[in-house]
Amino acid sequence: MSKEYKYIGKGVPRIDADLKVTGQATYVGDMSFPGMLHAKMLISPHAHAKIKKIDTSKAKALDGVAAALTGEDLDYQVGLYMVDKTILAREKVRYHGEPVAAVAAETLEIAEKAVKLIEVEYEELKPLLDVEEAFNEKANLIHPNLGSYSHVQTAFFPKPGTNICHHSKIRRGDIDKGFQEADVIVEREYNNPSVQHVPMETHGAIVQWGIGDRVTIWTSAQSPFTVRNLFCHTFKLSHHQVRVIVPYVGGGFGGKAGIHLEPLVGCLSRATGGRPVKLIATRKEEYNTLPCRCGLKYKIKTGLMKDGKIVAQKLTLLWSAGAYADYAVNVTRASGYSAGGPYFYPNISTDSYTVYTNMVFGTAYRGFGHVELFWGLERHMDYCARELGIDPYEFRMKNLLKPGDITPTGEKLKDDSGDIRKCLNAAAKEIGWDGVKSEQQRIKEMQSGKVRGKGFAVLHKAPAMPTNTSSSCVIKMNENGSVILNISATDYGNGTYTPMAQIIAEEMDIPLDKIHVAYETDTDRDPYDWQTVASRFAPMGGRAVINACNDLKRKMSEVAAKVFECSPDDFIFQDEKIIHKSDPQKFIYYDKLATGYVYPNGNAIGGPLIGVGVYMAEGLTHLDKETGQGLPAFNWTYGAHAIEVEVDVETGEFTILKIASALDVGKVLNYESLKGQVIGGIIQGLGTAICERYVYDNKGRLLNNSFTDNKIPTAKDIPLEIVPIFIETPHDEGAYGARGAAEHPMISVAPAIGNALRDALGIELTEMPIRAEDVWKALKEKELVFEPATV
Amino acid sequence: MLEFLHDDLAILSVKEGCGEGECGACTVMLDNKPVNSCLILAVEADGTSIRTVEGEVKDGKLSPLQESFKKNHATQCGFCTPGMIMSAQSLLERNPKPNEEEIKEAIEGNFCRCTGYRQIIDAIFEVTKNAK
Ligand code: FES
Ligand code: FES
Repeated sequence: MSKEYKYIGKGVPRIDADLKVTGQATYVGDMSFPGMLHAKMLISPHAHAKIKKIDTSKAKALDGVAAALTGEDLDYQVGLYMVDKTILAREKVRYHGEPVAAVAAETLEIAEKAVKLIEVEYEELKPLLDVEEAFNEKANLIHPNLGSYSHVQTAFFPKPGTNICHHSKIRRGDIDKGFQEADVIVEREYNNPSVQHVPMETHGAIVQWGIGDRVTIWTSAQSPFTVRNLFCHTFKLSHHQVRVIVPYVGGGFGGKAGIHLEPLVGCLSRATGGRPVKLIATRKEEYNTLPCRCGLKYKIKTGLMKDGKIVAQKLTLLWSAGAYADYAVNVTRASGYSAGGPYFYPNISTDSYTVYTNMVFGTAYRGFGHVELFWGLERHMDYCARELGIDPYEFRMKNLLKPGDITPTGEKLKDDSGDIRKCLNAAAKEIGWDGVKSEQQRIKEMQSGKVRGKGFAVLHKAPAMPTNTSSSCVIKMNENGSVILNISATDYGNGTYTPMAQIIAEEMDIPLDKIHVAYETDTDRDPYDWQTVASRFAPMGGRAVINACNDLKRKMSEVAAKVFECSPDDFIFQDEKIIHKSDPQKFIYYDKLATGYVYPNGNAIGGPLIGVGVYMAEGLTHLDKETGQGLPAFNWTYGAHAIEVEVDVETGEFTILKIASALDVGKVLNYESLKGQVIGGIIQGLGTAICERYVYDNKGRLLNNSFTDNKIPTAKDIPLEIVPIFIETPHDEGAYGARGAAEHPMISVAPAIGNALRDALGIELTEMPIRAEDVWKALKEKELVFEPATV
Repeated sequence: MLEFLHDDLAILSVKEGCGEGECGACTVMLDNKPVNSCLILAVEADGTSIRTVEGEVKDGKLSPLQESFKKNHATQCGFCTPGMIMSAQSLLERNPKPNEEEIKEAIEGNFCRCTGYRQIIDAIFEVTKNAK
C-alpha cells in the first residue's frame, strides 16, 4: 500500500509561476549595473585556419571602446574534463564561429562597430568534417598538443598523435564465442547529425572583475559551482574570490552546463579596470559559437538465436566532438556504458570514441548521448525482430532487463531498479499494438493514399555524474514559522524547486504558501551543489531537503524536550506545531521556536532554527579502463514510447496521431510539473526526429545558423494526442522513491517514429532527422510510390 | 521597438529570442493586434497603444489567462511566456471561443522550447470555457 501524502504527488502550481506569467522574472539579459559596458565577439569565418595576423588598433581607437582583446592577450587554458580550449582562439581557429577577438564598449552599437574594424589575416587549412576521416590514424591533427593537455585521468583516455580525445570500452563475456553461437548476425550502420539545444534565452553573462581579484559573475548557467570551480582553475584564483550568481534562466537543456562565456567576459572586465561587462549571445552566435549536440556515426552488430534471444552485441560509436572536447568525452563515456540499452547481453563489446572534427563543438544535451544512441539501437532492434520473423514487441520482451540480470558494466539489477517491461507494455497497449502489418495489408492501404503504422521504442538512462556527486541545502525558519530554503539547484524551467517546497511542506506540515525557495543561486550565500543536470535533482537534491527537515525537527525536538521535560523522541510535527505524542495538550507552535523559545519568566533557550541537509551518492565507482566494469549509475530510469502515424503516400508527409509515453519515475512528486517535463521532452524529441540538424558546406561553414533555416517545432507540429503514463516502482535511494525523468521523454521518440514508419510503409530509415522528403525518397527506392498496387 | 521597450523603458517582459521576427518572444499588442516588436521601429508605433504582459495584472490580480497559465503549468522557464500570453490574449479578444486549431494558429509564431505547447493550449482553452 502506498502512503497517502498531503503535498507529494499533487500538481500544485510552480512556485515561480506568478513571476513568470507577469514578466517579473528577471534573466541576465534584463540586468544592468552602473557603469556597465557591452561586449561583442568577432568570430571566425573559417572552419580551420591559421591566424597569421590580428590587429585591433582601429577598434581600440574608436570612441567609446574600453577594451579589445585577442587570443594573444589571453594565455589561459579552459576545459571541463579535457583542458583543450583557449578563451579566444590562439594561433589557429578550429571551427566556423570560434571567437577570435572581443570588444567591450559603452554601447552595444559601438562594440558591434568596433569588432568590424578588427583586421585578421587567416591562412586556410583543410577542415576535417567527416568523423570517419578524422578518426583515421593518418588524419591531420586538429589538436597536435593533445598529449600535453591536462585532463581527468580516472575517466578519460586520449590518444595523443590522433584526433581521438577519448576511448571508452566495455567488455563483458566472450564476444567472439557469442557470434559463433549465433544463428543469425545482423550488422547495420546509423547516423545522427549535430543539432542545437535552442533555449529561448541565449547564453549570457555579466562579469565584474573587481580590485583584489574579487570577481562577480551573473550568468545564465545551469551549474553555478562548476562555473566557479573552472573559472578559478583557469585563472588560478581561490574559490572564495569568485562569486557566481544565477538569476532566472530561460531554458538550458544541457547547453548551459559547464562554463562558456564567463571567462571571456571576465577578461574584458579586467581589461577595463573592473567595470561590469555584459555579453548576450545573438541567436546566430547561439547556433554558431556556443556548443551544440555532437554528431554520431555508429555500427551495431548483433548475434541472435532463432528463438529470439540476443547472444552477442558489438557496438562501435564515433562521436564527432567538433573542435573541443567539452562534454563530448563524457557523453562518449556515458553512452558507452549504456550503449546496450535496457537489454540483457551475455556477451557485449562496446567501443565509444570521441573524435575531434572542425565543426561547432558538442556539449551536454538533454539525454546526454542517449537520444542519438537510441535512434540506431531501437531501429536496430526492430530490424532484428523482423529478420527473425518475431513480433518486435515479443522480441523486446524476451531480451529486456529484469531484476537479477547483470548489466554490461557488471551491475546486478535489483527490485528497486525499475520495470522496463511494464513501461513497454503500458505504452504498446495504449496504441493498441496488435502485431506487425502484413505486406498485403500495406499494399491495400496504400491504394487509399494514406497509410497508418504503429511502432514503439524503449529507453533507459542513468545520470552521468562523478562518484562523489552531492547536494546540500539550508532551511531557515523565520519569526512567523515560515521557512526559506537555500539550495543551489538551478530551475531553468525544469521545475526543480516546486517539488522541494512540497517536500518541506510534507515533512514539516507547513502550508506551501509559507515556504519560499530562494530562486537566485549565489555561490557566496548558498551551500554547495554539484550541478543541476542529468535528471538527478529531484531524487538526490530531494534527499538533501528531507535530511535538512530532519535536522530542523531534531533541533526543535531538543528544545521542546527541555520545555516539557521529556525525551526528544516523544514528538510529532503537525499543523505547524510540535506535539507530544502521548499528550497532545503539550505542543508548541513553530513560530514560538523559530528564534528561540521564551519561558513565561523571560528565560530563553534554543536560538534561531536552521536545518542543514546533505546528500551524496555512495558506492559508485570509476569504470575499469580496459573492460568498463564498475558501478557508474545512481539509478536507471526506464521508459518506452509508442506511436501511431499516418503517412501520405504521395508526398511522404506524416502526422503523428498519437504518442503514448510510459516512464518508470519511481514516484511522482508533482504530477502537472512532471507531465510538463514529459510533454516538453517528447516535443523536443520530435524536433530532433523530424526537422532539426546542422547543415555545413564542404568548407565546414555552418549554413543554417538562424531560426529561418533551423526550425524547431511549433504549436502546429505537436501530435494530435499525447498520453503520458507514469509507472511507480519506488527507488530505495531517491526522495520518496523518485527517479529522474527530465531527459528521458526526449530519448527514443525518433526510433519510435522510425519504427512506426517501417510498419506503415516497409521502409528502413537509418539517418536522423526523418523529413517528409526522406520518407518519400525511401518509398521511391522501394518503388512503391505512385505504383498501382497489385496483390 | 523591442530595444526601446526593454532597454530604454525597462519593460523587461519583452524578450529577445532572435531579433528577426521568427520566435515571438518579443510579442506585444499594438492597438490590440499581436506584433513582433523586434520588427517594428519605435517611431512607427508613434500614436498607437502598446500592451505588454505587465499591464495584464489588474489591482494586483492576475488576468484569467495568466491565472490559467499558472494553474495548467503552461510556463516552465518563462522566457516565452510574456509573448505567448500576449498572442493568446489578443486571440481571445478577437475570438472568445476559438477551437484547438485556431489556438494553435494564433500561437504558431511563438516558439516555446520547454512545454511542448500542450499545457499552453489547455490553459488558453480553459479560459474560453468561461467566455460568454
Ligand atoms: S525576438 Fe522578435 S520574433 Fe524573436
Ligand atoms: S517556457 Fe521555456 S520557452 Fe516556453
